[in-house]
Amino acid sequence: MNDLLHKNLAGGDRAKRDQDGKPLQHAEATSMPLQAKQREAQPRAMITKDGKRVDHAEAAKRFLAAPEHQTFHDERLWDMRRKRDRQAFAIDEWEELRELASKIKEHTLTHLDTYLEQFEAAAKANGVTVHWAKDGDEHNAIVLGILRDHGAKTLIKSKSMLTEECGMREFLTEHGIDITETDLGERIQQLDNEAPSHVVVPSVHKLRMDVSDVFARTLGTEPGNDDPHYLAESQRRTTRPLILAADAGLTGGNFLIAETGAVVTCTNEGNADLSANTPKLHIASVGIEKLVPRVSDLGVFIRLLSRSALGSPITQYTSHFKAARAGATMHIVLVDNGRSARLGLKEFWTSLKCIRCGACMNTCPVYRRSGGLSYGFTYSGPLGLVIDPTFDKHKFSNLPFASTLNGSCTNVCPTKINLHEQIYAWRGVMAREHEVPLAKKTAMQAAGVVLGNPKLYRAAIATADSALSMLPRFATYNRLNAWGRGRENPEPGGQSFHLWWAKNRAGKAKGGRP
Amino acid sequence: VSSRDSILATIRANLPSPLPLPDVPYFDAGRGDDLWGRFVTAFKTMGGTVLEATPDDPMAPVRTRIADAGFVISRVSEIAGTHVLDLATDPRDLETVDVAIVRAAFGIAETGTVALTEAELGINTLGYLAQHLIVLLDPADILVNLHQAYQRPEFKTARYTVFHTGPSATADIEGVLIHGAQGVRSLSILAVPRSGVIPSF
Repeated sequence: MNDLLHKNLAGGDRAKRDQDGKPLQHAEATSMPLQAKQREAQPRAMITKDGKRVDHAEAAKRFLAAPEHQTFHDERLWDMRRKRDRQAFAIDEWEELRELASKIKEHTLTHLDTYLEQFEAAAKANGVTVHWAKDGDEHNAIVLGILRDHGAKTLIKSKSMLTEECGMREFLTEHGIDITETDLGERIQQLDNEAPSHVVVPSVHKLRMDVSDVFARTLGTEPGNDDPHYLAESQRRTTRPLILAADAGLTGGNFLIAETGAVVTCTNEGNADLSANTPKLHIASVGIEKLVPRVSDLGVFIRLLSRSALGSPITQYTSHFKAARAGATMHIVLVDNGRSARLGLKEFWTSLKCIRCGACMNTCPVYRRSGGLSYGFTYSGPLGLVIDPTFDKHKFSNLPFASTLNGSCTNVCPTKINLHEQIYAWRGVMAREHEVPLAKKTAMQAAGVVLGNPKLYRAAIATADSALSMLPRFATYNRLNAWGRGRENPEPGGQSFHLWWAKNRAGKAKGGRP
Repeated sequence: VSSRDSILATIRANLPSPLPLPDVPYFDAGRGDDLWGRFVTAFKTMGGTVLEATPDDPMAPVRTRIADAGFVISRVSEIAGTHVLDLATDPRDLETVDVAIVRAAFGIAETGTVALTEAELGINTLGYLAQHLIVLLDPADILVNLHQAYQRPEFKTARYTVFHTGPSATADIEGVLIHGAQGVRSLSILAVPRSGVIPSF
């Protein structure tokens, strides 16, 4: 337990064990029992009005004001980061896999037109109907059209950040479609009428009592019963009848294979398989950047994805949907929504390599301490800092400042996106294009609020240290970065001052612990 | 202009300079020994249950597991269920299945994965709506890793190919691990060669 960030969380539930008695930690399970000890109201996100900027620093303050939630969130995500490290270190060719993943994606993106055409032709040959949506509105209209063509009124779906990005659930609900999310975390968020806070674990900002309150209110579970087993089982029992009764199923897609026209999903619950295989109609909504050329390329990406995301060797289910089963129908909606334009941004196009693992979020000290909802959009953490401004430059103009530029995100990215350099480059864009006045102030605020507490800062530095050595000097000493201006950063030596002090002087110093 | 054509036109206008496609190695050197042992180790860490085969009565552990089950569907010749799967069955009607028994198309040692297609499942929901899933796996069908696995013909021939690595799982509530999130509550494996002869391990 010595490596806990927050020792007060130690203990809690006994870990589930394998048949030989060893504790299990696969999927998104913690590698050690963690539990908040006190009840606390869930901090709620700020709503940003249209035309206004998301104020990440202010939103983060709200999260910081809920210490039980904040410390658990911090510890839980840091644990996922450590699980990721253990998986990565166990594979000799890990760095080679990252390099391959980066190169395969770069090749695909620089030939995206031809691979999309190849994918479309292959999918059509499989009997699948392929649709193209230039933006979120068109995507939503296409899905509604398919549902109406089939007389479908109820829809079950697996987790899809793309449909969140498009606002599909709200749109379809307004048009009389009854939607049920089948991923537990996403179902919790749906029932609580709250956006997902993390691309992989959507309800990670909630504690068990929050889930208990939501389920008591919406599913009729026993008020006050916050046993995760009871809550998960209640969700299973209430969702299954809806799965069986649904007219249609919708999934996202982690990968598209140009060679075969297949859509690939990765889930731990098997809920994408239920959504696609139970009703007679399967719709897959996928962003155009999810393409890979060959089936054999998947070997690289599947080996990287879950290890990077959760520190689990593979998701429980990796599903390859090439054609509808006999008697059923399959549609694929290819969605652009700004991606083709992003391809033309010299400094930012490689953000399209992202496979949505969330590793950059888990490692980011600002994300871990501010919560995903404080970013005001589907994509949060370093990934959000880099791609959210491509959706709305003004609204998300403050986000590139919610970073210490420590480079840890770049170090863990399985497709080697230079995230921290792109975050820095966005600060330059904001400066050039109209968002300067707040810049310096915000740079202090965004990361400063989150890391203002010295104890938290020390935990952050432990992450940052290794990254400092590869951070380009311009990134820390630019004129916009109030953090870097006027100071010299220390050499990223073997240990921080605090660690050095603890080791050499703590016992000799007067007074109590620092 | 259709959305298709306008998306493709924007992409073409914005394409960065072309970059080459690398070859992907198999990364299998020195990892081909004791595939069953490697499989079992990985499979257990993913929450799977390994059934111990006995040479004189290979299916005994499966019989024990289904002894109290009311509705058992077997898709393998080695053991009978309580019902035979009629391929015309509505996929939703498999909701009442207690235990399903299928044979894996192949296994993957690196991750402890079994692969299934519509051929093995008969009806795809069998692998998810059943409360428990038992998979027979021929140790000779185990491949070293995912790179080998993606050379298999199923990805070109089958409509649906799925890797199962342990049971349906979630830890979406405070990271507490729970099996049986939406799909099967348990996944058990029994080593049974396609020939029916049990090897000794």
